[in-house]
Amino acid sequence: MINLTIDGQQVEIKAGAKVLDAAEKLDIDIPTLCYLEGVNEPGACRVCVVEIIGEKDLQPACKYNVREGLEVKTNTPEVLNARKEVIELLLSDHPFDCLTCAANMNCELQALAKQFGIREIDLQGAKNEYPIDDLSPSLVREPSKCIMCRRCIEVCAGVQEVHIYDILERGFGAVAGPAFNDSLMDTPCITCGQCILVCPTGALHAKDDKQKVWDALRDSEKHAVIQTAPAIRVTIGEMFGLEPGSLATGQLVTALKRLGFDKVFDDCFGADVVVMEEGHELMERLESGQDLPQFTSCCPAWVKFCESFYPELIPNLSSCKSPQQVFGALVKTYYAQQAEIDASSIFSVSVMPCVAKKYEAAREEMNDSGQDRDVDCNLTTQELGEMIKEAGLDLSKLPETEYDEPMGYASGAGVIFGSTGGVCEATLRTVYEKITGTELNRVELKEVRGKDFKEGIIDLGDGRIIKAAVARGTGNARKLIEKLQSGEADYDFVEVMACPNGGCVGGGGQPNYSGYDSWREMGDKFVQRAEGLVEADRGKEHRKAHENPFVEKLYNEFLEKPHGEKSQKLLHTGYVTRQLYTDSRLVGKKEASSEISDARKGEEA
Amino acid sequence: MSALQDRKAIQMDTDDKVLEDKYEKIDEILKEAKDKEESLIDILHKVQKVVGYLPREVQIKVAQDLGIPLSEIYSVISFYSLFSTEPKGDYNIEVCMGTACYVKGSDEVLNELKEELKIEPGQVTDDGKFSLETTRCVGACGMAPVLLVNGEAHGQVDKENVAEILDSYGKE
Ligand code: SF4
Ligand code: SF4
Ligand code: SF4
Ligand code: FES
Ligand code: FES
Repeated sequence: MINLTIDGQQVEIKAGAKVLDAAEKLDIDIPTLCYLEGVNEPGACRVCVVEIIGEKDLQPACKYNVREGLEVKTNTPEVLNARKEVIELLLSDHPFDCLTCAANMNCELQALAKQFGIREIDLQGAKNEYPIDDLSPSLVREPSKCIMCRRCIEVCAGVQEVHIYDILERGFGAVAGPAFNDSLMDTPCITCGQCILVCPTGALHAKDDKQKVWDALRDSEKHAVIQTAPAIRVTIGEMFGLEPGSLATGQLVTALKRLGFDKVFDDCFGADVVVMEEGHELMERLESGQDLPQFTSCCPAWVKFCESFYPELIPNLSSCKSPQQVFGALVKTYYAQQAEIDASSIFSVSVMPCVAKKYEAAREEMNDSGQDRDVDCNLTTQELGEMIKEAGLDLSKLPETEYDEPMGYASGAGVIFGSTGGVCEATLRTVYEKITGTELNRVELKEVRGKDFKEGIIDLGDGRIIKAAVARGTGNARKLIEKLQSGEADYDFVEVMACPNGGCVGGGGQPNYSGYDSWREMGDKFVQRAEGLVEADRGKEHRKAHENPFVEKLYNEFLEKPHGEKSQKLLHTGYVTRQLYTDSRLVGKKEASSEISDARKGEEA
Repeated sequence: MSALQDRKAIQMDTDDKVLEDKYEKIDEILKEAKDKEESLIDILHKVQKVVGYLPREVQIKVAQDLGIPLSEIYSVISFYSLFSTEPKGDYNIEVCMGTACYVKGSDEVLNELKEELKIEPGQVTDDGKFSLETTRCVGACGMAPVLLVNGEAHGQVDKENVAEILDSYGKE
């Protein structure tokens, strides 16, 4: 242990800690901007400077190691002035769009400007202006708002291992962005949205599709239906002051009814159907021994990652669509038939924890109902929360309502899809029972190789086993695939979720908070949300997809059998090998859709 | 190097014949680079020597063959002024904008060149003969204002003798 003094107070901390950590122990707040412990520690922005007795210059607290007897001052006029200068310098090259910015009231730069009482900027100079990239159906980049903290670079390269961003150009014109400052559509961006979660400003944010939904709700000709993803029920409450992980299913349904949706359905029903389809596919593959391991396909960011970087694994991807798209295809066929509604009048909305789902819904092959798009519009949790607020509703005070039939009831299996390991467990519950005729106890997966991914063995009792593995984050998926391809590991069933912090509970479309300076703390908060899902699963009468009476009805009256002819047509899909980089740029060619090359196939919204 | 490495290179379809001829040589450089684990800067330098500049197609080829993200390659290229993403003319003219040259009127020289050649810095004339660039101090302040043509220094340049210099390199 090391003893040091900060602002006259003694503190003890373990060796290797930074001055920033020691100050935190004393509840002394040192502002940070670029620092995100564990992911991005460049010591670049210098907003965290402190005075170290004996050092000539001020030092960044996020980078400076503690030493025995060290004496630190964090709030001398000189220190405060230096910090203020850093902020002013950043503001002098920043557009003053706060009122209309996606990050308004949730921006670290804005918060610092307030904390330091900045009322005018003395430094006046040229401002960098870059075009906004809004060609991706998922993310918007506004490089003029970039403060070059490097967080997006490191999250995309270090955690997700997709490597979209780097620092471009040098000197005053430098900015973080994709090569050539291209549109994200010209890159292999998998649209996971993790960069959105860490960007301290409004330079990276989700595409806003709220207006499309308002328009549909206003249109009396339209029959507006909405499906809510598993993870929404445990996160939307956060936007209304509830603790992360609080289950607010009934309130969510009430809010959606009051917004004017004609039917409110549960996407977990779609997840139950996915379990049936994917489970049967797995049983068929186990039988034939072909194309194993089977990889899950319910995360569109993972699917795009696989298509882009491991096209050789495409035959291993389950051909089953994600719950969102399974649901979408069924709403405009099965539901339309049952309710005797003209499918073309249905406006199908989904609310997802995810920005990749926006991209997925826009893939051109996602139109098996023959109605242009199976899912017309996708909202993130954050967008839905904003709509509820705009309508003047406080979700936390609403009474509870049940989902509508026939697509509103789900088993516990469908509910746990929202958290890492959930898809694997839900599928194995059904597969195990179909094969052995007995119920499966909890699926126990053990963490391997640090915390990169988990694996486990399910004993079928008759000498056969299923080897399963679960990875979250595409960086970890790479490690798993490398192990698989080198022959070091051997699996039958692999679940991959692109979002590293707990899967969809930590998705890029979830309520977004600025102000974190530690990746781990951010992750812990997301993982806390998953506990709500486990609780929801426990509270369900049916915990296995095949026991869901509404799923039974669907197969009896419409689909006939899992992975049968009708399911294959409506609920299964194919994948394409994607070119990583495009020869011609999309930027400035928005209208020229004929020139969209293969790499962007299915991506034009 | 990243895990992108093993990805099979996707055949580029470029209609640029000039580049196509050079792909064989680039392949050689990249193969050697892989064996020797050369630094990215060295590799890009060698490739630029072959092609003359580093256009998009070439950067993508380097990225895919070496399994280095394009963002990293572009970042390096756009950071170092020794790399150019634009083609150069047969004669590349660099006008010194260092302090000594500037006070002696190198901006006027630059303007004159822009007018004569009808191009901006970073561009090439239509006939491919001349390209124009600005540079920092080239270490010949005694001769200010200075311009370099393919590395050859011309001192005490002024508005009047710009045309003369261009003529001597065969401007029509
Ligand atoms: S969305 Fe994901 S893949 Fe795309 S740039 Fe952001 S972090 Fe990288
Ligand atoms: S885009 Fe955002 S996260 Fe990326 S460097 Fe700029 S400010 Fe930081
Ligand atoms: S893990 Fe979930 S939230 Fe993240 S990209 Fe995949 S589907 Fe979306
Ligand atoms: S330098 Fe410490 S937070 Fe940026
Ligand atoms: S300033 Fe032009 S050569 Fe030095």
